Amino acid sequence: MLKNVQELRVYREVCKKAMDAEKKRVIICGGAGCVSKGANKVYNKLLELMQAKNVKFTVSLEKEPHGDSVRVKKSGCHGFCEVGPLVRIEPQGWLYVKVKEEDCEEIIDKTIVKGECIERLAYAENGVIYKEQKEIPFYKKQTRVSLDNCDKIDATSIEEYLARGGYTAFEKALTEMTSDQIVSEITESGLRGRGGGGFPTGRKWSQVARQKNFPKYVVCNGDEGDPGAFMDRSVMEDDPHRMLEGMIIAGIATGATEGYIYVRAEYPLAVQRLKNAIACAEELGILGDNIMGTDFSFHMHINRGAGAFVCGEGSALTASIEGKRGMPRVKPPRTVEHGLFDKPTVLNNVETYANVADIINKGSAWYKSIGTATSSGTKTFALTGNIKNAGLIEVPMGTTLREVIFDIGGGIRDGGKFKAVQIGGPSGGCLTEEHLDLPLDFDSLKKAGAIIGSGGLVVMDEKTCMVEVARFFMNFTQNESCGKCVPCREGTKRMLEILERIVAGEGRDGDIELLQELGEMISDMALCGLGKTAAGPVLSTIKYFRNEYEAHIYEKRCPAGECQKLKQIVIDPALCKGCSKCARQCPVNAISGKIKEPFTIDLNKCIRCGSCLSACPFNAIKEN
Amino acid sequence: MEQTINFEVLDQAIKDYGNEEKALIAILQRAQEHYRYLPREIFPYLAEKLDIPEARIYGVATFYENFSLERKGKYVVKVCDGTACHVRKSIPILEALRKELGLSEAKKTTDDYMFTVETVSCLGACSSAPAVMVNDEIYPTMTPDTAVALINEIKEKEANA
Repeated sequence: MLKNVQELRVYREVCKKAMDAEKKRVIICGGAGCVSKGANKVYNKLLELMQAKNVKFTVSLEKEPHGDSVRVKKSGCHGFCEVGPLVRIEPQGWLYVKVKEEDCEEIIDKTIVKGECIERLAYAENGVIYKEQKEIPFYKKQTRVSLDNCDKIDATSIEEYLARGGYTAFEKALTEMTSDQIVSEITESGLRGRGGGGFPTGRKWSQVARQKNFPKYVVCNGDEGDPGAFMDRSVMEDDPHRMLEGMIIAGIATGATEGYIYVRAEYPLAVQRLKNAIACAEELGILGDNIMGTDFSFHMHINRGAGAFVCGEGSALTASIEGKRGMPRVKPPRTVEHGLFDKPTVLNNVETYANVADIINKGSAWYKSIGTATSSGTKTFALTGNIKNAGLIEVPMGTTLREVIFDIGGGIRDGGKFKAVQIGGPSGGCLTEEHLDLPLDFDSLKKAGAIIGSGGLVVMDEKTCMVEVARFFMNFTQNESCGKCVPCREGTKRMLEILERIVAGEGRDGDIELLQELGEMISDMALCGLGKTAAGPVLSTIKYFRNEYEAHIYEKRCPAGECQKLKQIVIDPALCKGCSKCARQCPVNAISGKIKEPFTIDLNKCIRCGSCLSACPFNAIKEN
Repeated sequence: MEQTINFEVLDQAIKDYGNEEKALIAILQRAQEHYRYLPREIFPYLAEKLDIPEARIYGVATFYENFSLERKGKYVVKVCDGTACHVRKSIPILEALRKELGLSEAKKTTDDYMFTVETVSCLGACSSAPAVMVNDEIYPTMTPDTAVALINEIKEKEANA
């Protein structure tokens, strides 16, 4: 337990020294993407082989460094998930991609022992081999602020966070700044809520600071529910202290004494990492009573979500923490006055808190120098879908879609053609080719009929049917509608029914207009953000892809060839040899026939899954 | 294979999280982990211990997707149908799994309570799309074939256990 900030400073110096003393490092990405591709096996193999080969190594920060041993570390997500498992070699900064257990021996013999780069493991694009991570196009255009530590530190070690300058902003806020100064620094920085709404963070904090009703609460929304978004997961799992530090500073600024973190049920590792981080911070006296010998006390709690998308909405989230059904309520009164347990509450998203420490450390002017005039700082995006380099990125606000999709993301995978990008998840909208030079910031996107949302970017190629995408999102929102208000509960259901009809080839004249009318009505009248934005994907796809809707409705045709019910799969009797391979692949037993005679497909049974297409060795099966 | 309801796990959870309404979700989560579903017998028990109406507990239990009032299989297979997985074709995986196990939209759990197959809105493993989660482990870039192979691997392991 550290008694005061002087002791904290001394301890941080010890950690820094230890980290600086590490001469060689092998950093294995421990993010969810790499782990699912076998990163843990690579890590274990490296350790096993180093032991066998008598190469001196250490797996944790050594307080009394020996200097010559190799540090082997499992860090958080490096972001370049597409080509994982990733292994970075330091000090050279080489990045090895798609590393397998079989590669470990060579990595030790050549790279670790002799200091040679293994070029076949380096990333190559268009014939160019990129040895160093920072030269790779995927990384070159990024500016990592909230994700800065993720690929560098061991998330379970508070010492590593301290060694990277962790908790200096906390120290400054606690001892050198008044509550007003903190709030005005955040206000000045222009930081806006990263959960989607873009509400000015400083204004929120000042409203809570003004309240005279105690106790006050600081709540972190880690209920990242947007399908296609995983940036908050990365911060919580890979750099939990950065988020805690932001929350503690919010507490100092607003006079709150309790913090609650609401984490999505699907993120068990985030819960585990946060629990560990809280325990470490308590042990050092960064959380608890009379922190660092001052009269400021702050306690942190974790609540696990139980699977309800609507709990990402502020009042639903606080209701869920209170142990109730997570249903939004009418506002005002707003969360800043009557939030958690009916008390004044600062409610921000994970990424918002992750930006706070840097703003306090480097000042609002620094933060404002990144991004655009009305959207300062950086934004993380989860780049997924039909894109070559799927992964997690962070860029200055105002970076264009073209730079994100083509320079960083490497364009469309498998040589496809860009069609649209869905931004902001089920609350957002689709953007098309004409928007590629649109700067990604709160206001430009709003004008184009989309929102930044939490930052999911799902890229779609020409084989994606936009009506089906709209149906998919409406199905999601309909499922997640809490049922409290009629416009959302009934309206989304009716919209879904119409969309289902259209993709099934049963669309009618007037359906498009009806969808628009319903969509506008729900947006105007729904109780909460979930309902108000539910029609976004439908309205934006109608706006930009009306011809696709019309083709489905009037010609009973899916231009992208995706809608199953509008497809016909037939076997060409001239080419079919009657081998029965297709019939064995068929999941619904729709194919029948006699061996060595042409088979036929029963289109009433066929679900148009296409399994038979790939199974046929004679290319006898065709899709119309 | 009827389980007898043992309330000890609830008593421990109440001890850990408190006997107030705000502890309810955490207590139900503990119960779900233990029983693998929420047996109805626990509602009156909790209502008394937490001093809140049984209807409110039932309301919470039915509101959240993760709570199930029906018993689930030993292996819960969640096919991710988030946007990223959906555009990379997750539905054929779901259909292949259902066919392999004789399940459907309505019938989610096998008769021997070994497998439950369901969809999930997003696992946050979008870079590994399409993804499938079996209990707590995520399997990346699945195809209908690899998913079925995975099920057979588990079946084999269970048969030899």
